[in-house]
Amino acid sequence: METITETLEEVGSAESIRPFQFTFPQADLDDLNRRILATRWPEKEPVNDQSQGVPLATMKALAHYWATEYDWRKVEAKLNALPQFITEIDGLDIHFIHVRSKHANALPLIVTHGWPGSIIEQMKIIGPLTDPTAYGGKAEDAFDVVIPSMPGYGFSGKPSTTGWGPDRIADAWVTLMKRLGYQKFVAQGGDWGGLITDVMAARSPESLLGMATNFPCAVPVEINNAAFGGAPAPDDLSAEEKQAYDQLVFAYKHVSYAIIMGSRPQTLLATADSPVGLATMFIDHDQPSLALISRVFAGGSEGLTRDDVLDNITLCWLTNTAVSGYRLYWENKHPFVAPFGVKIPVVVSAFPDELYQAPKSWAEKAYPNMIYYKKHNKGGHFAAWEQPELLVNDIREGFKTLR
Amino acid sequence: METSTATLEEVGSGELIHPFRINFPQADLDDLNRRILATRWSEKETVDDFSQGASLATLQALANYWATSYNWRIIEAKMNALPQFITNIDGLDIHFIHVRSKSPNALPIIITPGWPASITHYIKVISPLADPEAFGGTAEKAFDVVIPSMPGYGFSGKPTRTGWGPERIAKAWVVLMKRLGYDKFVAQGGDWGALITEQMAVQAAPELIGIHTNMPGVVPPELDGAAFTGMPAPSGLSEEEKYAYEQLVFVYQHVYYAFYMASRPQALAALADSPVGMAAFLIDFDTRGLALIARAFAGQNESLTRDDILDNITLFWLTNTAVSAARLYRENKLAYFSPKGITIPVAVSAFPDELYLAPRSWVEKAYTNLIHYNKLDKGGHFPAWEQPELFVNEMRAAFSSLRG
Repeated sequence: METITETLEEVGSAESIRPFQFTFPQADLDDLNRRILATRWPEKEPVNDQSQGVPLATMKALAHYWATEYDWRKVEAKLNALPQFITEIDGLDIHFIHVRSKHANALPLIVTHGWPGSIIEQMKIIGPLTDPTAYGGKAEDAFDVVIPSMPGYGFSGKPSTTGWGPDRIADAWVTLMKRLGYQKFVAQGGDWGGLITDVMAARSPESLLGMATNFPCAVPVEINNAAFGGAPAPDDLSAEEKQAYDQLVFAYKHVSYAIIMGSRPQTLLATADSPVGLATMFIDHDQPSLALISRVFAGGSEGLTRDDVLDNITLCWLTNTAVSGYRLYWENKHPFVAPFGVKIPVVVSAFPDELYQAPKSWAEKAYPNMIYYKKHNKGGHFAAWEQPELLVNDIREGFKTLR
Repeated sequence: METSTATLEEVGSGELIHPFRINFPQADLDDLNRRILATRWSEKETVDDFSQGASLATLQALANYWATSYNWRIIEAKMNALPQFITNIDGLDIHFIHVRSKSPNALPIIITPGWPASITHYIKVISPLADPEAFGGTAEKAFDVVIPSMPGYGFSGKPTRTGWGPERIAKAWVVLMKRLGYDKFVAQGGDWGALITEQMAVQAAPELIGIHTNMPGVVPPELDGAAFTGMPAPSGLSEEEKYAYEQLVFVYQHVYYAFYMASRPQALAALADSPVGMAAFLIDFDTRGLALIARAFAGQNESLTRDDILDNITLFWLTNTAVSAARLYRENKLAYFSPKGITIPVAVSAFPDELYLAPRSWVEKAYTNLIHYNKLDKGGHFPAWEQPELFVNEMRAAFSSLRG
């Protein structure tokens, strides 16, 4: 791809912040299309549901739309309309979107995406957060928004050595915010972004005014261990906790992709070579989101569009970051949803189709300084992408007292 | 591929046995080559060992050899030199090699491959088993050899409905042997072949007089459960048992491919579309196997050649069976290594690089009628492929007490 390399701001050679734009060569898009059309398919699954993963019919509908109607240039133009930069932190190029609000006193916010995601997940919340008056909010709700690509994802560098786990990413994000002139800021995330935000809050409480998560690390350790082992729910749980527990047991039985990525990322090379194979892996993150995406490719109209789904997959394809993205699972040593001992103010969004809908009782224990908790009645794992209005509202309301 | 439709033997309608020959169109081979050369690579792994899976250097060496030097037609001719057949059992076409020995008292044996294996794994052992005199043995050690392709593997049919787990395959194998006219036979297997062979023994058809396994299911259930969760070895184990326990703990932390296939076989659609990606997945079945294969592609001459490895992978590719084969993991409800309550005669060969080296103490408890136990000093998970001579010797020794 082509990138602009002149330096915007020179803060010292290693700390320069370079503006970034990209236009993938047409040859890359042509190659992608050729590969989609040349896909060799497996046979139809022997079941009539999604219990073995993505149905062949969904794969074919996705591939057909991808090859015949989808237009990458649209999202490329949208991304290039946003101020994007690259700066080197801890030896690695970090790409980020940085939109300053026109409103004075905007609160600086760093939002971290997850897997299988990218900055595409956050596109819909940028406008409402930075320019609230144009989206039904008030000037005092404004945020300066920073959205980085995680190491190995999108336009950030791919680590060539080990060590880029959540702790190092969290530290890098603090460096990034300070380099941008934000001494104190808030942070938000879901999936890996949630975990990294929790880690950041635990490691750098002096820099964070508060954090928000739609993937709370709030499951009591002994309950998390029991759920991982598939044990029946402990007796003393409330109905809400029991439901969350059952969701966790189910999740642990269905996140085998996380386990193989965590163990053998190289064995998934095929997804670097097969775009439809990559898409199949990506849309099977969790059962409610697979069901949602399948409905969308069957013609349904819901929280995500076909273009939303393919924008994210195509970005991963064009940047060839499938395997480098998987390595974050290999690097990680933390449990996914256990508390990190966060003491700073916390905003929790609990969505029903999340891997587990965090009960208030657990969230209060994990986050002793919880300043906002909202249990939603719709929405899933990719809140910013799928239910941007609900998430924006939580971020505005949640951080109100910190301004 | 072409299948001959002339009927060899008619045993009643629905029980036809058709001769079968392999002949993939050149276009399939050309397409494969084109895809190998067009592989889009990931960046190099971030480690200098195999802790993240097959290294990029190994995969690039494999791809280079595959595209430039490998010749599928050699193994195709070797397989076609063997009598192969297809017969429909329980609604599914089952492909098998069937070599009758010229010795009159040959013992019939059905050998079942595992994953990621195929009939190509057995090419080196068929003649020594069927024709021992030509391979340093004696006529009384002869076998009639039957090697089927499992449902969803190789040239057997791909199930379109669920239900083809090890129990059903085991039943089908007995039907197959009886259809071939054998009223007394033995069975052998490793990997899935071992689980299926053990199920045959559990079902204990009167025609089955004994089994041999090179992946015994003998781990006491409480130890198996503890190893699965990664607990430290319980006290009271002998040194040999402790070693096996530690191997099991390691295995359970490294067979995530098995959990993935068991959970979401469809998620592996990429393997159907990317030959090098499929190879990356198939050569990483266990860490010692991967290390051995990597050394082969780095130019070292050991027990497996580059052709051995690619014969198997190319068969998976040309039959487009990566996903259908993965579904066996989905179908299975059995514990891999726990005793199944077998009372018929059992022979065991314990190879050192197997997932775990089964101690005699466990073997004796799990198999109350143990007729042979031998601990070998070399060989791994696929001994017929990797140590064919040892494997053949084991077969000859294992069943000698069962010959009439």
